[in-house]
Parts: sequence; C-alpha cells; structure tokens
Amino acid sequence: MVVGERVPRKDSQAKAEGRTLFIDDYNFPNMLHAAVKRSPHPHARIKAIHVPEELLNDPELVIVTSKDVPGKNRVHIVLDDWVLLADENVKHIGEPIAVIAARTKEQAMTATEAIVVDYEPLPAIFDPVVARNERPVTVFGEGNVMAYHKVRKGDWEDPLSGADVVVEGEYVTPYQDHAYLETNGVIACPEPDGSIIIYGSMQCPFYVQTAVAEVLAKPKAEVVVVQVATGGAFGGKEDVPSQLASLCAVAAVHARKPVKLIYSREEDIETTSKRHPGIIRCKLGARKDGKLVGASIEYIINAGAYATLSPVVLWRGNVHAAGPYAIPNVKVDSYAIATNTVPCGAFRGFGSPQVLYAAETQMDKLAAVLKLDPAELRRRNLIKPGDTTITGHEIQESWGAEQTLDAVLERNGWKDKWMLAPTVSEVLEDAWEKPKRRGFGISTICYGVGLGAAGKILARTGAYVQLESDLSVGFAVGTTEMGQGMMTVLSQIVADALGVPYDKVRMQSTDTSRVPDSGPTVASRATTMSGRALLDACHQIIVRLFEVAGELLEVEPKTLELANGEIKVSSNSSKRIALLKVVQEASARRVDLAAHGWYVAPHSSWDAERGQGDCYFTYATATNVAEVEVDVETGTVDVLRITTAHECGRAINPTTLEGQIEGGTVQGIGYGRFERLVLQDGRIETNNLGDYVIPTTEDTPQIDALFIEMHYDGGPYGAKGIGEQPLMGIAPAITNAIYNAVGVRLERIPALPEDVWNALQQKGRKEGT
Amino acid sequence: MNGRKYELETQPARRLLDILREDLHLTGTKEGCGEGECGVCTVLLDGFTVNSCLVIAAQISGATVETIENPIFDPIRAVLIESGGIQCGFCTPGIIITSHVLLQQYSQPTMQQIRRGLAGNLCRCTGYTKIFQAIELIQDSNQK
Repeated sequence: MVVGERVPRKDSQAKAEGRTLFIDDYNFPNMLHAAVKRSPHPHARIKAIHVPEELLNDPELVIVTSKDVPGKNRVHIVLDDWVLLADENVKHIGEPIAVIAARTKEQAMTATEAIVVDYEPLPAIFDPVVARNERPVTVFGEGNVMAYHKVRKGDWEDPLSGADVVVEGEYVTPYQDHAYLETNGVIACPEPDGSIIIYGSMQCPFYVQTAVAEVLAKPKAEVVVVQVATGGAFGGKEDVPSQLASLCAVAAVHARKPVKLIYSREEDIETTSKRHPGIIRCKLGARKDGKLVGASIEYIINAGAYATLSPVVLWRGNVHAAGPYAIPNVKVDSYAIATNTVPCGAFRGFGSPQVLYAAETQMDKLAAVLKLDPAELRRRNLIKPGDTTITGHEIQESWGAEQTLDAVLERNGWKDKWMLAPTVSEVLEDAWEKPKRRGFGISTICYGVGLGAAGKILARTGAYVQLESDLSVGFAVGTTEMGQGMMTVLSQIVADALGVPYDKVRMQSTDTSRVPDSGPTVASRATTMSGRALLDACHQIIVRLFEVAGELLEVEPKTLELANGEIKVSSNSSKRIALLKVVQEASARRVDLAAHGWYVAPHSSWDAERGQGDCYFTYATATNVAEVEVDVETGTVDVLRITTAHECGRAINPTTLEGQIEGGTVQGIGYGRFERLVLQDGRIETNNLGDYVIPTTEDTPQIDALFIEMHYDGGPYGAKGIGEQPLMGIAPAITNAIYNAVGVRLERIPALPEDVWNALQQKGRKEGT
Repeated sequence: MNGRKYELETQPARRLLDILREDLHLTGTKEGCGEGECGVCTVLLDGFTVNSCLVIAAQISGATVETIENPIFDPIRAVLIESGGIQCGFCTPGIIITSHVLLQQYSQPTMQQIRRGLAGNLCRCTGYTKIFQAIELIQDSNQK
C-alpha cells in the first residue's frame, strides 16, 4: 500500500535538475512573441485608435484590436461582461486594447508604444462603499452591484435579542497578490486543419477551452488546451489564463503562426486578478456563559471593473461568514461592487479569509469582554455533529473541529502559557524594562470542500486509466498539477487501486482532448473529485480482471480480492494467482484494459431567496495558534511559532500534505503581516517584488503542521481536500496574538509595524498614558 | 559554462539569463521578476551566487559560470527531494544553488545562518520549512 506513505513526488527529480519545462521554456518553429497595449486611464471613452502606416505595412507585425475578434469580444467566466479588447471605453488601468505579435518581444513592445489611442478621460470610482451607496460613476449595471447573496437563519430580523453581551467592529482586509514565482504565460498554436492548441501555465484548461472557442467562434472540439508544468497558481491562474489565451489565440489565428505571450512581473502584478479587498461590518451577541446567540454581518468586496469570478467568490464568503460555530440567529448580506480597478478573482480561500478575519477577531473580542479563555469560548460554540451551520446545513459526519482544537492546544501548551492581555497603559509604562512582549492568539475555521451548491453545474470530473500488459499504468485526469502534489497523490491512489507498483504509474499532462470537461482545479477539490473518478475507472478494470482470474482459478469472480500483487479468493488463500499473470492472460484474450471513469459531486443545495441550504458535500476544519513577539518601541511583530492542525479526512501523502499546510501558513502570514498592495488613483504602485513584500526565509516561524485523520466516506481512501484551509485562519490568529501581547486590537491587516505602533500610541492616549 | 568553454558574440548589455536560456538552450535557469528581487535566476559566477538577470555579457568574459544543470549540485538535489522541499519547482534551481554555496561557507550552518543565507530566494509554495529540513538532512549525513 502506498496510500498514506511519504513516497517521493513524481516530479521532483526533473524539477531539481532544471529539466522540467515551463511555458517560457517551449518554443515552436516560426513562433511570434506578443505584447499587449493597455489603458493608462481608470475610466475613459476611446475616441480613436491610430495605428501608424509603417506598422500596418510591416509584414512581420500582426496587430489585433476588437474588430479583429472572429467571435465574441468577451472572455467567458461567469457573467460574460469581461471585454477582451476594449472598443468603446476602458474601465480600469491596464485594460487590453490591442495585441501585437512580432518576431521578438522587443519589436512587439516597441510597436505597442507606437500605437496611439485618443482617450476622453471620464470620472472614475475606486471606493466600493461610495460606488454602491452614492453611485457617482456607473461601472456595472445600474447600481454597481455585480452580485448579492444573503444568509437568513432563525430570528434573523433581530438576531441579537437575547444577548447579554454584543461585540462589534468594522474590519478591513487588503488586496493580496498571488506572487507565484512563475508569471502568467501561454502559447497559441494554430494547426493546419483549422483547429488550435493552447499550451500554458494554468489551473483550468476547460475554462480556457470554453473561452477561446467563443472568442474564435470555433467548435469546442477544435480548441485543444494542454496545461504544462505550472510554477504556482493559488487561484491566480484560474480566470486570467482564459484572457491571455484568448488574446494570444486571436493573434495566432491572424498570423497563422504560433504566438507566445509571457507576462513580465510588473504586468502580472498590475493587471491580473487579486484577492478581493473586503469590508466586514459585524455584530456578534452571546449569553453571559459565552454561548453565541446571534450574528449580523454585512460583507462588501471590491470586485474591480469586470465580474470574472466575483459572484462565486462572494457566495463562498457569504456562507462562511460567521465561522464554524453553532449560532441560532444569523443575518448576512454580501455585496460584490464594481469599481474602476483591476478585476479581482480567486485566491486560496476564495472570499473566506476576509470574513474569517472578522469572525475570529469578533470571537476574540467576545472572549476578552467575558474574561474567558478564547480557546474555551470556541470550544463552547464550535459546531458539533447534530448542529447546523449558519445556512441550516445539519452536520452529521466527518467533522473534526474540536479534535483540531485539542491537538493544537496540546502541542502548543496553551493551557500553561495563555494569559489575559495586558492593558496598553501597562505596556507603554513598562516599555523601557519590557520592550518586547509575547502573546498567543487562536482561530478556528471550517471550509466547504468542492465547488458547493453555487458551482454544482461544474461539479463533475472525468478520468482515463490504461493498464498495460506489463502492469504499468498511464492515466489522465481533468484537474491540474500546479505544485500542490496532485500528480503524486493521484498516482498513489491508482497504484493501490490496481495493485501495481507506484513507480510504474504515470500521469500524462492535463489535456482537454483526453478527458471530458472536469471543471476547474480549485476549491480544494482535485483529490476527492479526480480521486473518485480514477477509482471508478480502476474498478471497471478490476471487474474485467476478476472475470479472467475467476476462470483461471475456477471460482466466482465475486469471491476474489486484490492484494499484494495477487488476485486471490478472500476466504481460501490456496486459490491465488499473480496479478501479472492475470493481466497477461487478459491481454492475450483481447480484454479491454482501459477505462473511462466519472464522478459527480454528492448532493448540495442552495435557496437564494431563503438564504439557506446544504452548501457543501463535506467540510474540512482547522485550528491555528500563533505565538508572536511584539517590539513595543517599533511595532514590529515577529511571528515565532504557528501550531496548526487540519482535519482533512486522510493523508494520502503526509509529506505533500504538510507541504500544503506549511506553504499556506506562510501565505497567511504574508496576508496578515507583510503584504501591502498600494493603489493610487486606480494604479497599482507596488508592482514589483521589492515593494510588494512576501515572506522570506527570515520571516518564517517554526511551524507545527499537524493533521487529524477522520475518514470521509465520500473521499478516495477517506480523503477530503487541503489546498486552501492552511491560509485561511492565520491572519486573525496573528492579530489576536498581538492583542494578547500588547492589548491593542487591529481591525485592519496587514499588521505593519507602523500600524501596530500607531494603535499602541492611540490607545495609550485614550487610556491617559 | 558547466566545465565547457564557449565563445559567443552578442551585445554587451545582453543579460546572462538570456544568453543561458536562448543561446545555450539551458532553460533550467528561470526568470521570476527580472529585477534581482526573487532569486529565481540564481547561478554561480566565479563561485559566487548572482542574479543572472542583473549580470550582462560585458561582465562575463573569461568567467566561470555554473548553472542548475551542473552535476555538482546533485547532493543538494537528493536531500531536497527527500525532505519534500519541492512543490511547483520554479524557485528550486535558485534554492539549490544558493544552498550549495551556503554549505561551502558553513559546513554546519545554524538555523539563523540558513535563514539568512537563503533570504534572497523567494518561494511561494513550500513555506520554506522542508527546505530547512533538507539542509539539516545533509548536515546529518555529512556528520556520519
């Protein structure tokens, strides 16, 4: 058995040797290089586009504007509002207006500068609250509301009646840039028969296929998308590749040559999707004993100029808005608002880190008011099997929130270490003797695995498995490897399902022509969905092998089992035959040893009118504790240690699982402590990795990455998913720890030194120090 | 270059990174930012780690360059694979080369020296933890 083992990854050797080919490492004969001409204005009418004569007459240049798009001038994601090449107006800085392809990237970029666009600048709006409430500028629809979702539970009109204590706050969360080390890139290759193959760094080949087919007005079967090795994604390569591929494909079709488009780091930070900035206004009410009574939440996300994924990002945030607690009365109103800024999209957590920042800070405030240990407050309120979520979903099985809490508290020694926070007066008065202070903070989260009821129509996955006569296996799935370890984990599942050696299993590149539309690689869904589809295919093959083995052993196939490289009768170990022999015999008998597998996600439901539903087929849970040291004189926060436990069903590969936990934890530290994207008048100023600071080795604490295995019946070998949870609760654990250390509550992240220092000074003045 | 002599004619300001990837077809060295911030393009120039996006042709006449394709990095490769310190792989060549030089400088580096030594190589996937473990692994095996 290799499931559960720390087997080496399938792809590490090649990556370590520098032999793995990423998109910029590929070149095709006659290939051209593309550059994009972009709007410098956040909002403007396009009066004219002037292409100089010498450019038009240059046989080596291909220039494409909106009039050259064969099909729809829209990139299909959710709402079909995303303009591919601007024609009448532009709605954000960086919006594409033209694509130029040339023999070299330098020539293409020179040509973009030679093209002159006449703009009439228009008033622009950047603040989502003003855009919604006052509507001085129309960016989307009538009221700039791209999407609205709600939750209504129990006595939602007066959810806080019956509360002895109410805490409230307005929390503000920032943009976050994915900062994958490999920027976005694609190559579009027109084929002689009129079809087109798109190669690229991406998470969702089928999204790209649909988008490009519509843009080119080509049948889907004539658009083939092949994902190549992808250098990190985290959600940033979910919607954006559809845009790059569409831009490139139009140029390629006009040039009748392959066209490559690779973004520079500046272009990537400035123009590709980000985590939505959020504003969360909330009230939380509880009884004196700490039992939660009700919550009232308003959640606003700044969606940018085009909807891309905002409606579904909003939905996930909406249904997760109050955290993993049993709360009888809940009112949530969630809005995605259009502004003249870069369109925001998916990023690990997908709308939930924002609301969880608010929810976990609220719980911490409540604990402080009630003078309760925050861990204990959570224990009293965590959903237990039999309770319902805020959307009324009754949780019955596979829910380990309390187990994650126990595991973290035990490992961390919380009981002996946690103390009530000092007052700011004490902190400032003793600053000379105690310039550094330590504190502990906690957060607990839950996360719906898979696309949920909102994404139901996409929640199906295909797989293909081909068993060779020498027991080696090739397989294909529709989800993608982007560093998370999917290729390895699925290979382990196939190896055990067919009883073949792990090193004889090979996954081919994800290719839309190999398996049917399997949806996107997002929502921590690949292990469960592709795993189950593979098990389906493997099962079909096993059935055929058992037929053959049954004849050879002269027994009924239903008495047989597969174990240790043999097929044998379960109750009679003398009747056994080597798997290799069965496969060779089956081959000789011309039995089909390949199969196509399919998996459709289990039941989920959502009633938008009632704001209730069984949103996800299962949930994963986690607890995070952060230990920090705050320098009182500078506001610097050193994160010393993170102890985090994840209940995720089953660890198919403990090493890759820990890798996800550690990587997501450090991204969460970035979100809470370091990463500040500065937008000025709609322009991203921090457009390089020197100004946009992501955690380095020196910012990485000791990380205790724990996992709790509680078998999920619907998952392959009991597994759920893990991709996103590690990031989601880290920021509030850190800011809760800051409060515990120095007595100031931060309602905005990131917690930069100047913010912590200012908060200390302000609160000190209030307290009269 | 990795033990072989090359003679090339090119513009004086051409980046070493492009010479490697385009002229010598050594695509193991990647571009992450083009500004020397991320360390992804790290190579050895006369034994020192440099960001090859900031080194130009005029600087490398007669120099020795070692890239990720060089077998001298095999021992680090092995421990990084074993510890699980590779995910998407894009930062991996730079991490391996910098780790190699770190271990030449300190045969038993402390955690502080490891962190400082690798601070110029950004990684977004791993959270660095298993990269640290790889360096500890190689120290353990060197001790034995």
